[in-house]
Parts: sequence; structure tokens; C-alpha cells
Amino acid sequence: MTAAAMHGAALSVLDGGLAAVRRRGEAVIIPVGALVAGLLAFAIFLAFIGRSPVEFYGLVYKAAFGSAFSWENTLARTAPLLLAALCTALPARLGMIMIGGEGAIVLGGVAAGVFAMSWPALPGALGIAGMAAAAALAGGIWIGAIGLVRHVRGVNETIASLLMAYVAVALMNHLVEGPFRDAGSLNKPSTAPLADGFRTGTIPGFDVHWGLAIGIAACVLCWILLERTSWGFAARIVGGNVRAAHVQGLPVGRLVVGFSVLAGSLAGIAGMVEVAAVHGAANASLAAGYGYTGILIAFLARHHMLAIIPVATLLAGFDAASGLVQRRMDLPDATVLVLQGMVFVSILAGEALHGRLTWLRGPARS
Amino acid sequence: MASMPDVDLWGVPLAMLGGAIRVSTPFLFVSLGECLTERAGRVNLGLEGTLVLGAMTGYGAAYETGSAWLGVGAAALAGTLFGAVHGVVCRLPRVNDIATGIALMLLGIGLAFFFGKPYIQPVAPDLPAIPFGWWSESPQVRTALNVNVLFLAGCALAVALAWMFRATRIGLTIRVVGDSSDAARAMGVRTHTVRLLATAAGGALAGVGGAYLSLYYPGSWNEGISSGQGLMAVALVIFARWNPVRCLGAALLFGGAGALGPALQSVGITQGYHLFYAAPYVLTLGLLVATSSPTRALAGAPGELSISR
Amino acid sequence: MNRKRNQSRRDLLTTTAGMAIAATAGTLMPWRVGQAASLTVGFLYVGPKDDYGYNQAHAEGAAALRAIDGVTLVEEENVPETVDVQKSMESMINFDGVTLLFPTSFGYFDPHILAVAPDHPGLRFQHCGGLWNAGDHPANVGSYFGYIGMGQYLNGIIAGHATASKKIGFVAAKPIPQVLLNINSFLLGARAVDPSIACQVIFTGEWSMPVKEAEATNALIDQGADVVTCHVDGPKVVMETAAGRGAYLCGYHANQSPLAPEQYLTGAEWNWAKVYQDMVETTLAGGTISNFVRGGLAENFVKMSPLGPAVSGPARKQFEAAKAEIMQGGFAVIRGPLKDNRGNVVATEGQSFVETDVALESMDYLVEGVIGSTS
Repeated sequence: MTAAAMHGAALSVLDGGLAAVRRRGEAVIIPVGALVAGLLAFAIFLAFIGRSPVEFYGLVYKAAFGSAFSWENTLARTAPLLLAALCTALPARLGMIMIGGEGAIVLGGVAAGVFAMSWPALPGALGIAGMAAAAALAGGIWIGAIGLVRHVRGVNETIASLLMAYVAVALMNHLVEGPFRDAGSLNKPSTAPLADGFRTGTIPGFDVHWGLAIGIAACVLCWILLERTSWGFAARIVGGNVRAAHVQGLPVGRLVVGFSVLAGSLAGIAGMVEVAAVHGAANASLAAGYGYTGILIAFLARHHMLAIIPVATLLAGFDAASGLVQRRMDLPDATVLVLQGMVFVSILAGEALHGRLTWLRGPARS
Repeated sequence: MASMPDVDLWGVPLAMLGGAIRVSTPFLFVSLGECLTERAGRVNLGLEGTLVLGAMTGYGAAYETGSAWLGVGAAALAGTLFGAVHGVVCRLPRVNDIATGIALMLLGIGLAFFFGKPYIQPVAPDLPAIPFGWWSESPQVRTALNVNVLFLAGCALAVALAWMFRATRIGLTIRVVGDSSDAARAMGVRTHTVRLLATAAGGALAGVGGAYLSLYYPGSWNEGISSGQGLMAVALVIFARWNPVRCLGAALLFGGAGALGPALQSVGITQGYHLFYAAPYVLTLGLLVATSSPTRALAGAPGELSISR
Repeated sequence: MNRKRNQSRRDLLTTTAGMAIAATAGTLMPWRVGQAASLTVGFLYVGPKDDYGYNQAHAEGAAALRAIDGVTLVEEENVPETVDVQKSMESMINFDGVTLLFPTSFGYFDPHILAVAPDHPGLRFQHCGGLWNAGDHPANVGSYFGYIGMGQYLNGIIAGHATASKKIGFVAAKPIPQVLLNINSFLLGARAVDPSIACQVIFTGEWSMPVKEAEATNALIDQGADVVTCHVDGPKVVMETAAGRGAYLCGYHANQSPLAPEQYLTGAEWNWAKVYQDMVETTLAGGTISNFVRGGLAENFVKMSPLGPAVSGPARKQFEAAKAEIMQGGFAVIRGPLKDNRGNVVATEGQSFVETDVALESMDYLVEGVIGSTS
């Protein structure tokens, strides 16, 4: 109370012309406060079932963020989530709710695998570029088609993208078990193993594959696209008010389809990275649910391209801690799901506080 | 093929009919629950989590009490609770209902898996079915027409909800709240309370849908029990254009098309089986594209819905 | 529950002690297996530990290790076949000092174990189902598996006696060698009783998909199958659905007789407890586990569920005779002349593939009499 009052007093000195700083302050303080509240709620849950929250959070910190290995563990799990989240966040800025990124990921993976087995003799760099292009094409067409039917026929993109995701997984299974199955893949039907030159290894000195760098770069580039280019500006107008966009003569259709294609391409590349950096071939492991996790991350990040990075890292960190918690405390693997659920509900509920932190605004107005 | 003279090709449509009745019930209950929620102007994308939680609670309660119906009751209660949480959180200003739904989906699944571990092994009592196929000699017909009570309840509920929306004061109130908060407030309706109640009731229905999965078909609790039925059912509401009777149609269509894959394999049509399994999705997508039009996009959509705004 | 919790607390103490030693020894130093008379063993499962099937069979085997002095067991369930499993293995190594790992899912092998194992030359990775060979794979990786197809052959003999419709059913996940061998063995067992029997197979496409498994079981029975077995990760749904329709059941992975004691005939079960105890004791004694381990009924890797009350006298007799023959070794289920169900010859007159033949582990056909296709 007094601390808050003092804080408020200190801020009130600077009051006037600092509205932007305050907004930024809110944008950090509220989610962090809500995160802490969520962690506390879960601590109460743990205490309620007779487990030590102190031990639990100690283990989570140790396993997810406490050492170089822990960071590798967390960031390796972050990598695929970044591109997956962009597949929901980008269209969301135009007012579309796409929940089918999973489809573009698996088909991107298959396209990359098929490209690699079709031109195995290409030089490594060219092969990798070709795989990425094939994956981006497959993913871009898949999600772009949804943007197209939405624009042309008024088909709801939420249900269409979900249906397309299930179709894509079935298609992926059919392709890797049927026409493109490598006879040597025995009990795990896959496309042919990638040539060594096609493998994108790990970032030097850091046991995390290049997907992390690609994902971060993609988030930054998408942020620049949206916030610093006229295309992005136009897209945000479409997202704000389609009628206004039409009135201003913006190419709404091209923007809707273009951003859908871009979103799908990025998800497709996520699939390609899984193939080139992790699996070494396309197979059913591509359907790991990253697309669905990406939806949650995008919404938690409020479709802000840069906020995706910390949100994905937090989520991946909890996942990375799951194993140690299971092993040391004999808690079920679902414990981390409960934790994530509580924390994320808390962060989302915290949005209600925006513009309401009177102490941040200065005591005069309370 | 000479090796299969006894194959019964009539079995395919029959299996699809039986499959429609067996498989559609969870879709039906969840989509009715979502229909009610969305008619009141709110989207609850988290009913997948409620479904899974309902499946676990229902199975656990049925096992502990020895009564499948008490299990259904417990599932409904858990669903109500989860719906109410969604309702309470989303009535806060600026809170996004879609995102909250996804977070609650995670929480629901997490809680179900967390508390469900001890119930994977035991065998709980099943819900009863009514043998409408008693007149037939054919075991296929008998099985196809072995209809669970919950399915019939769901059909009745679909009709009742449609009547409620059209002809009753409660239905009108929900619709007004869903179409325009301002109009509702002008009428003196407490929009927040109506939405909260609708979301809680929607959650209860999704919970019952989950209980059907674990207590009747396939009739056991495990962590793979739902393969996304809850998420799909929420999407089917858009397909059904927020009409409860069309929800019933969509659920039956989806269930029947889902039975196509195994049925075709059982008569020896096996090549490309993954593609048959995609039939319900392709069919729904095709119908969706065919019936949509840009001029009457989202006809029937409640005006306050975050999906349609 | 309570007992389990105490157990884990004890594990925690020993683990912490182990970690302290590790810290003083320096984490860069590779662990020397078998130097001390204590061993931390790590198990990773692809699904829940109590699925009445694949993962439960492994978890029961792992649990048997708790009886051995000096062994600490750490486990992780629901680990997907992605980068997650690589990091989970490394987490076990870094935080728990695990020196012997059992990543139990087939999909963990390539690329995941193959990516992690070379970084930890002092540790041992034992993988279930893979085909290790000295030319391609690291020396600290080993693969083990059991000839459970023989169990499905014995299932088939019992099924062949029990079926009245001369049609038996198989619910399968995916058309891969391990599954195809089981389907073929099940049919050939039944045909050893009556060559007119056919086996209908339905693939669900996923290792764990309860609603599809139930639909597949119903579809099989609708088409006249009256004995059903399966190869999916958790057979509970198939067994319960088939029992509800009045069919006879042959189990798989674990003993499912408690689900339907009257209709359960027998089942092909894993006996991992014996395999894991042997491997751990070898390691504790300072020995090295062989890189390629296989065993069948005779070696106690695989066992049959006790025969149920519905098994007839003649069935029991033929079952026991066949089992005795298998126990002697050198038994071949696939023996010529034999065609696949597309008419191609898979074994010529006089040609046979005994249970130990590695060629069986890359099977890509369904034999004549199986209704279904491999893609």
C-alpha cells in the first residue's frame, strides 16, 4: 500500500507527457503481475494436494532456466512455436481467426521431405533453399486458399482452417505411408532420409537448432512488415474496420490472401525446419501439435509479433521442466498443463487491468 | 476377390447409420452447448477441455459411485463450473473470450489428465442403450439401432432449444443479449448475468458430451479419449449457422461420414485408408464452401460475437 | 499411492546423493558404467504408463527394477517423438545422473537416440524395437525386441478353434513390419486349425485413437468376425467393444483378461521385467549388454496370458503342442509355399523364415487369407 503510494507519488512527479511511458509500463507490469498471480494460484493448488510449491518452482527454475543446458532445453522447444504462432497472429491482425496452422506445418514438412528425395544430389545450400521454398509454397497455398475462399465466398476461416488442418494430417499420413514412403523406414513410415548436406545442424556453441534463429528473425521481420511498412499499415486498417478499408480503396482481397499466404508459408517453413533440423525425414512426428500451441501463444501475445518470443519461451520453459518435476516429485506429466492453464487464464484476465492501475497513473485521479 | 464372398456391401450404409448414431452424440452435445453460449454473444473455444474434463469426471464418479447416471451428473457439474469460470473471466472488460477459451481448454485437459491417472485402469459401469433393432434378425441392424439414451436426449434438446430461441421469453432474452448489448440493456436485461448463465449451461452440455465418450462409446477413460471432438463441435456451430436443429444435422453428418473409413475397410476397400478417414472434414468443407456466399456471410450470426465482428 | 510416494522420496534422496557425487567428480567426466554398485536408470514412454498396453508393459518391466539393490529408477511419460525426447534424455543425464537409458518407443531411435548417444559415450542407450547394426550406429546404443509374432500365432490357433464364422478380425494401427508380422502370424495360426479361415484387418492410422478403434472393432464384427485381436498402443477399447458385441478376444501387449474374463481366450504379452532385470544386473556387475538382443517365448521375453474358460479341449491341446515346438527354437510361421494376398510368392516350397530371421523385421506384405492392404 505505502510502497504503491510511494511509487505512485514518484511517478506523479513525472506525470504529464509521459503517457507513452505509462502505457509501456502497464504493458510490462500487468502481464508480469498476472504471471505471478497465476504462479501463486498454482502454488495454492499444489499446497492443496499436499505438495511443496517451493520445491516445485525450484525444480521448474532449475530445469527450464537455471543453467546453460536448461536454456538449451527451453529454447529448443521454443523454436517451432515461434513460426507456428505467427501463422495465427499475422491473419489475426487483419481480423481473421486462423486455427489451422498445424496443417501448413505438416504439409510444409512433407513438401520439404519430398523435395529432398527428388533432388538429393543438389549442393547443400541449394537443397536447403529448395526445401524451404517447397515448404513455404505448400504451406502458403494451404492457408492462402483459406484466405481466398473467405474473401471470395465468405467462408468462415476459423472452421475452414480447422477442417483443412485435419485434412492435411490425413494427407500427410497418406503420403508418407504410401507414395513417398522410403522402403527402409520400416516401423516408422517416412520419406527417404535427407542427404547429409541438407541437414541444418545446431547453432555453433549452443545445442539448439537453427529453427530458433529463423523463428526470431521471422518475428522481427513480421513486426517490421506490420509496423513500419505501408502494407502493414493497410493490413491493420483492414483488421480495424473492413468497411473503412474498402472506402479508402485498399486492396482488401489482396491483403487478406497475401497475409494468409505469408502466414501459411511461415508455418510451412516450421515444418521444413522440423524435417531438416530434427527428424531428417518427413513422417507422422510432424503432427506434434505445434500448430495448436501456436494459437494460444498468438492470443497471449495479443498478436504482437515481438511479444510472441517471450510468451513462446515461457510456455516452452514450462514444458522443459515437466520431466524433472515428474522424476523428482512423482507428479504426473499433466501437472505442467495445469500450471500453464492457470498462468495463462490469469494473464488473460489481467488484461482487464489495462488503464485501471490508478497508482501507475498518479494518485490525483483516484 | 475370391477370398471374400461373404462380404456384405449393404453393411456400409448401415454402418454409417450406426456410426452416425454412436459417434455423433459428443459432437451434438458440445455443439448445442456452444450454440447456446454463442447465441448469448460469447465464444467458448475451450469446450474441448470441458469435454475431456467431463469424460474424466463422469468416468471417475461412475466408478466411485457405481452409477453411470451419477457420472453424467458429475460431468455436467464439472462442465457448469468450467463454463462459469469462462463466463466470469470474460465478463471483465477487455478480456478476449477466444483466448480465454483456449487457455481454459489447456487447463481443463490438464486437470482431467492430472486427476484422471487412477481411473485409466478400472472399469466403470456403462450407460444403458435402448435396442430399437429388436425386430431384426440381422446383428448389424441390431447394433446400428442400439441407441443410447443420451443420444435421444440430445435430439430432444436440439428441438427444445430451437423452440426456446424462437418462441419463449428466455430464448428472446438470450438472442437480444447476443445480438446487441445496447438493446438488451435498454430492455433492462442484465447482459452479463445472461451470458454467464448461458456459458455455464453450455459448459454443462459439453461435460455431458464428455461423459458419453467415457461412459458409453468408446466407453472408457484414457488420455486419448477425445481426438478433437470438442474443438470440431465448436466449429460445427458456425457450419450449422447457430441453429440447434442444424447442429443435430451437422453432428449426424459428421458422425456418419466418420464411420465411412472403417466400414469401407471392413468390406475390403482398403487402399488409401487415411483419405477415407478425412471424409468428414472434406465433406463439411465442401458443404461449407458450397453454402457460403460473400453477400450473406455469417447469416444468423449473433451480432455481439467476437468471431463475426 | 502412499507407498509410491514414499518410494519416490527415497529415490529423491539417492538421486540427490548421486548428484552431489557427480558435481564433485565434474560433469565433464563421462560416467563409468558399473564402477560403483549403484545405477540410475531412466525410462521414457511415448504414452501414459497405464494404457493397458505397450507403455504399461514397459512400465511394469521398469517397476520390477525397484527390487534390485542400488538401482534408482526415473521415469517420464507422454514424451513425444520430437526434439522433446532428445532434451528429456539429456535432462535425465544432466540432472539425475542417469547412465542407462531405456527410450521405449520405436520412433525414439532415428534420429533422436542417434543424435544424443554420440555426445555421451560413457552412457548406455537401450532401445526397444530398433535394428542396431555396427556399421551405422554408435557402440553405446543397443536394440532389443521380442518375437511376439509367435504369441500372435498362438493367439491364432486358439482363435481358429473358437471361430464359428471362419472369420477373425484384427484392429491395427499402421501397416508397418511389426504389425504386419503380427497380423500374418495371427491368420497363419488360425489356418493351422482350418485353412478356410480368413482374417479381416482394419487400420486406424494412429497408435492411440479410441473412437476409431471402437468403430473399427464394430465394423469387423458387423462383417462377421467373431474373434478379435489388435495391435494398437492401448487395447482396452478394442477389448471392451468386442466383448460388448459378444465376440471372443485375444489380447496383446499386456493381460487384458480382467476386462472380460469370460470371453478372453488368451493373449500375447511382453515380459519386459525379465529382460530389464537381466540388462541392469549385467550392468551392475560391470559387464556390457549386447548391442542386439532378441528373444521369444523360450527366452521368456514374451509370454501367453493364461487360457480362458472358453478355450476348448482340442484348442488347448493344439496350443500346448505348438507352444512346445516354438520353445524348442527354430520355429517358422512364414514357410513355403506361401503367397501374399496379391498373389506374389513370399516363400517358395521348402523355404522358411524362422523366428530369429532378421528379414521378418522388414516385412511388407499381408499373406493370402488376410483381407486388407499394406498402404
